[in-house]
Amino acid sequence: MNAHDENGVKDLLRQALPPIEGDAGSERDLWPAMRLRLDTRIDARTAARAFSGWAVFDGALLAGLGGVAVLFPASIPVFLYYL
Amino acid sequence: MRSGVSDVLYDFWQGSPETFEVAFESLFHQHQRAVYGWILRIVRNPAAAEELTIESFWRIHQAHARFDPARGFEGWARRIATHAALDWLRAQPAQSALSMEVCAEVKAPAEADPAVTAEIRAKTALAFDRLPPKLRIAATLAVIEELPQKEVAAALGISIAAVKLRVFRALRLLRKDLERQGITP
Repeated sequence: MNAHDENGVKDLLRQALPPIEGDAGSERDLWPAMRLRLDTRIDARTAARAFSGWAVFDGALLAGLGGVAVLFPASIPVFLYYL
Repeated sequence: MRSGVSDVLYDFWQGSPETFEVAFESLFHQHQRAVYGWILRIVRNPAAAEELTIESFWRIHQAHARFDPARGFEGWARRIATHAALDWLRAQPAQSALSMEVCAEVKAPAEADPAVTAEIRAKTALAFDRLPPKLRIAATLAVIEELPQKEVAAALGISIAAVKLRVFRALRLLRKDLERQGITP
């Protein structure tokens, strides 16, 4: 592709997609939407952290009870009674 | 002024959680319009540009510890915004060829060449839309918006030579696509 071809494509492109003119800033104040995003993401992160803490606790409890049930099968009816 | 940077930038960079939040809000109000305008030039969609402005500032909020005050906030924010816009372009499905909706959206510029019909403009816009996003973004900024290559390189985080190469490849692919459709630029 020579310089002439390149300029032809450039001109056509500018005709098809003219540049955004002037000060293209949004008239809308985006801070309320930003605040909402920050609050939502931070809440979600806090909840995920809390959930992962509970998941570890639940897993450990389940593993402990499973271990007791394997070692002492007679304890199974007791667990079932308390369910 | 602390460590050679303004109080707002210092608080954003090194401040306590409370002063950081205040500084972030101040920087948001100060740079929101510029970041939005920059993103709009890339994505050419006002609704998406608003969404991406918020996404960019979210990334800025998360990455504040990596901020380098020596390089300034504006350039850093612009680079993050460019990457957010690039991610958005990558996630967009390619327009189907000759979509009439898109054709109708392609308006003539103020100084339109009468030889270039609305159909040619629409086909060119669609062909441009089919280019890989990395090439499209470089061509948008350097060719359509006619920004200095140094500025484009800084925003994309690449060298000026890489910008020139991407623009060249974009124009070559665009020309081939147009030729397949019977349009000789």
